[in-house]
Amino acid sequence: MELSEHIKTANVEDVTLRRPFHPALRGTLCVTSHHLLFSDRKDEASWQLLILLKNIDAIEKRAVGSSGTITIKCKDLLVLQLEIPGMEECLNIASSIEALSSLESVTEMYPFFYRPSHLTLNGPWGLSSTEQYYKQTERLWDRWRVSTVNSDYSVCPSYPSAVIVPREVDDDKLIHSARFRQGGRFPVLSYCHHRNGMVIMRSSQPLTGANKKRCKEDELLLQAVIDGSELGYIIDLRSAQQAQQARMTGGGFESKSFYSHWKRIHRHHERGKVVQESLIKLVEACSDPSHSVDRWLSKLENSKWLSHVHSALSTAGLVVECVERDGHSVLVHGSEGTDNTLLVSSLAQLILDPASRTVTGFLCLLEREWIQAGHPFQQRCAHSAYSHARLKQECPIFLLLLDCVWQVWRQFPLALEFSEALLLRLAQEVYASNYGTFLCNSEQERCAAGVKENTHCLFQSLLRPDIEEQYLNPLYEPTDLAIWPSVHPQSLQLWTGLFLRWTEYAQNMEEAREEVWSIVKEHHEQAGPDRTNNTLSTHCDTLTSFENLMDELTIL
Amino acid sequence: MEHIRTPKVEQVKLLDRFSNKSVTGTLHLTATHLIFVESNSTSAQEIWILHHHIASVEKLSLTTSGCPLLIQCRNFRLVHFVIPRERDCHDIYSSLLRLLRPVSYDELYAFSYNPKQNDQEREEGWQLIDLAAEFERMGVPCDQWQLTDVNREYKVCKTYPRDLYVPITASKPIIVGSSKFRSKGRFPVLTYFYQEKKAAVCRCSQPLSGFSARCLEDEHMLQAISKANHNSRYIYVMDTRPKLNALANRAAGKGYENEDNYSNIRFQFVGIENIHVMRGSLQKLLEVVGTRSLSMTDYLVGLENSGWLRHIKAIMDAAIFLAKAVTVEGASVLVHCSDGWDRTAQVCALGSLLMDPYYRTIKGFMVLIEKDWISFGHKFADRCDQLDPDPKEVSPIFTQFLECVWQLTEQFPQAFEFSEWFLIQIHEHVHSCQFGNFLGNSQRQREDLQLKERTYSLWAHLLSEKQNYLNPLFSPSVAESHPVLEPSTQAYHFKFWRNMYNQYDRSMHPRQSILKHVLTLQESKRELEGTVQALKTKLQKFGVSTSPLKPQTPPRERSLPPRPQSLILGAPLLSRKEVQQEEDKEVFGEEAREDAPASTGGERTVEGSSATENGYGELMGSFGSKNEPGVVTLEFGVARMTC
Repeated sequence: MELSEHIKTANVEDVTLRRPFHPALRGTLCVTSHHLLFSDRKDEASWQLLILLKNIDAIEKRAVGSSGTITIKCKDLLVLQLEIPGMEECLNIASSIEALSSLESVTEMYPFFYRPSHLTLNGPWGLSSTEQYYKQTERLWDRWRVSTVNSDYSVCPSYPSAVIVPREVDDDKLIHSARFRQGGRFPVLSYCHHRNGMVIMRSSQPLTGANKKRCKEDELLLQAVIDGSELGYIIDLRSAQQAQQARMTGGGFESKSFYSHWKRIHRHHERGKVVQESLIKLVEACSDPSHSVDRWLSKLENSKWLSHVHSALSTAGLVVECVERDGHSVLVHGSEGTDNTLLVSSLAQLILDPASRTVTGFLCLLEREWIQAGHPFQQRCAHSAYSHARLKQECPIFLLLLDCVWQVWRQFPLALEFSEALLLRLAQEVYASNYGTFLCNSEQERCAAGVKENTHCLFQSLLRPDIEEQYLNPLYEPTDLAIWPSVHPQSLQLWTGLFLRWTEYAQNMEEAREEVWSIVKEHHEQAGPDRTNNTLSTHCDTLTSFENLMDELTIL
Repeated sequence: MEHIRTPKVEQVKLLDRFSNKSVTGTLHLTATHLIFVESNSTSAQEIWILHHHIASVEKLSLTTSGCPLLIQCRNFRLVHFVIPRERDCHDIYSSLLRLLRPVSYDELYAFSYNPKQNDQEREEGWQLIDLAAEFERMGVPCDQWQLTDVNREYKVCKTYPRDLYVPITASKPIIVGSSKFRSKGRFPVLTYFYQEKKAAVCRCSQPLSGFSARCLEDEHMLQAISKANHNSRYIYVMDTRPKLNALANRAAGKGYENEDNYSNIRFQFVGIENIHVMRGSLQKLLEVVGTRSLSMTDYLVGLENSGWLRHIKAIMDAAIFLAKAVTVEGASVLVHCSDGWDRTAQVCALGSLLMDPYYRTIKGFMVLIEKDWISFGHKFADRCDQLDPDPKEVSPIFTQFLECVWQLTEQFPQAFEFSEWFLIQIHEHVHSCQFGNFLGNSQRQREDLQLKERTYSLWAHLLSEKQNYLNPLFSPSVAESHPVLEPSTQAYHFKFWRNMYNQYDRSMHPRQSILKHVLTLQESKRELEGTVQALKTKLQKFGVSTSPLKPQTPPRERSLPPRPQSLILGAPLLSRKEVQQEEDKEVFGEEAREDAPASTGGERTVEGSSATENGYGELMGSFGSKNEPGVVTLEFGVARMTC
């Protein structure tokens, strides 16, 4: 079925658009295969609203006399209302939106059609690769190697074709270890700490099962990771009890007797549906019209969203503590190793590694640790907070990561090169995008769908100098140190920039932010300390020579 | 001094409230301060605690490591010492008990504090705030409002100031009659005049109406207030209490205005709870935020159960109602509660702040406090427990006002000239008894104490370090275009004020602050420009032309800006300036340390940014040295990171 066959009414005139904190507008509404377009009909400087249909999470129809109202709830949390004259038109538009906003086939999605004039499709795609990371990280060359055992994605369908593993472990052993891990996600290197060479590994759970199976190759692999040092830590992102229960369904954990040099620490993290429901409840609480403080606090608490933020940051802090303070390597895993595992390992890197705090570094981190590492974006981000559809695999773990990064930025506003704007942009792009970056669930799928050949890369486009500028933090001052965030509940806050994005509050904050910008800019450009210093020293020099001269004169 | 039995105890341990960390040092007890000096010489921190700041001292039962002494301060600091010998602990304990309960005003710190100013400077300090000038600024006296001398000798109302403003048509007999019908004689007087609409904000105490009593003079008085405003036929009477409380008061011969007896009034309850509820609420709040390894759930549930933010919102709601009535409807408003010195002060002051941009400047905010709180007799001595404590009178009413202002600064980051540090500093000194401004319960008492002759004014002190309290985002043009603030009362705007209630818990604070950074930038810019100017002038004197130097593209070399001056001061004790700076560092965790680390051994943590403080969970290892703390080398330039 052609996409256009979903469109019964393409154009409606005299539509009224209502947005929060803006006066209502009248204009023309168009539906295309991928967009909803509204434009007011004033000829000059006509105003347009263009919404990707994929961004629409839910719609509600209501009939008022002969006309109808459609409420559009977007995945970026914006809520709009359209008043459409004519019941039939209204229903047609609504059904088109419903059909076209939930396309299943990847190649029908807009990134495959997005062809801006300033971008070309030929050329390298993405910012980084496993090989590149290996090349850049000199510390790895001695004891680690790049393995292409997964080059045809047969060993682990969700891993990229190349991974970094200990040099002394051959591909054969990797294949065995993969069979012993859920989804074939055998332990691979995620990060090597520049200060002491300790590493963060990640994997999925071992398939020990009820009868405590073991796998020699897996044990050898982990042994090779710590290589002679006395101990490593396994951070299991489930409670000890959950890990025990997992054995009943074929999963399990690394037992002390077989992995004697590894110490296991359990940290409970919610996953899947629970986190998705948290998001739904939180967004609901944020739009609660009641002004009661008690009700708000109770709803905020009940959503548990901040508790997830709290656990994620605490566990990331724990990992950093192991690596940086105690000087040990760490293996992180939960069950599947595609969600919380990535959350914790990437947060730990942000805290530890100054390189990941630049714009490029951060995007590379996301590319390596989320996109190439096989976070199933398509499944996780199919719906956001408004959808009434039955939950399948949705889970806003990536949003949770962005929230945690925001919390770190709040506590270290000078330490990150990027600003909140970048996080907000990513929060939007991950649900609906012109670019192919967040399409599909793994490298294998992306390969099959030809994503790299037929779409543009978001990260590359964000790094174009004119674009990147919007996302820079004017206060950035790099530091080499680890930036340990405080995880006291008092130190964590609701990410108002995202969750209250469409309120009046956000506007005040925006103005204040601009003011900070302008102060800092003025400082840098007009009377920046550097320039003033120069002026100053020149003046000083002249002055000194004159004083000397004067002295001589006096003596004479 | 005779109360001090043991002036010095060595080997005292100071335990951290939220982690297992402790430091060892020496405890000194002076006539004014309790001082803890850490022994470790490289990063020796000092803690100075003013006796007046101590709310309670508790001696816990003996442990193997010594005798624990728990000290809770009114500025929300909590320190936990362990003193090796019980006898020493007991000595300190009993000395403190005596020292923190001064029996007469003369014992308060303000009477011995001397900032090395001469008499003239001191006098000038006291003259900074002139309330007569303030009323003039509002446009009073005018054709409808006049100054009355009825209270010149404090004969009509002992808790009011001498100078009061009333409607022109309110004659002396009416005033006197009305005052007899009002609790504590606090009859309706003007506190703010909204010139644009000629609408007045008046304040008073509850009427002694009981179930049926009425008073013609009082009715006249309200009539006069109403008549003074031609823009509106009616006035609002805001009873800031919950209706139930007002009803209960009737049984005691007090109560509220009967709308049938007063013509043209619109009566309104706004439901702010009384001082006892507020005291209990803060108590609960502090318990929650002082809990170790607090979970997010317990935090949010505790926040809700304390009711604190609900009370803050109630005050804000009332102030918004007041501001709307005056600015939108142009109606005059009379505000009262029971005695008219707690809730009434909160609502009048906050309402005026919403209406008048002047009160959002540093000077204006001082004037506002001086007017609505100090002169109209908020009982600072009782509420802040300055002397002869009656625990039932203590209540965080003024703190709530400061918090409401803070909540507004969060909603309107560009509307205030001052930052939250200004509010925190004022709070500090309301309790410090170091300056004369907040001593006593009323103007009359202050005059009896001859405070202006014997003590110094806080306002002069704060103005002298004004640059520390500036909000770099302040935009006077915003104030011009939006003179009246219209805050949103959405519940999510009401946030926990961590920097107040956990101000001494360093591990909680953001490691870097935009505010401070921007301030530092501005300050260094100002200084450099000043120097350039000075040098130019000098050069000119030598007859050298100062053609503008070519702007060179600067190598992005990082210069270290000067550290901003201290933010919280203690007293310049024993005139040891350096010592004091140490204290400041301790007080504000995120303070920059600019001293060159190379000379002091180099190893320091980025302040507050170490794993141990954050408590991600202990590593349960059989293994590895558990050396405290995760030390990170402080490199040059990184010191700035903490600013």
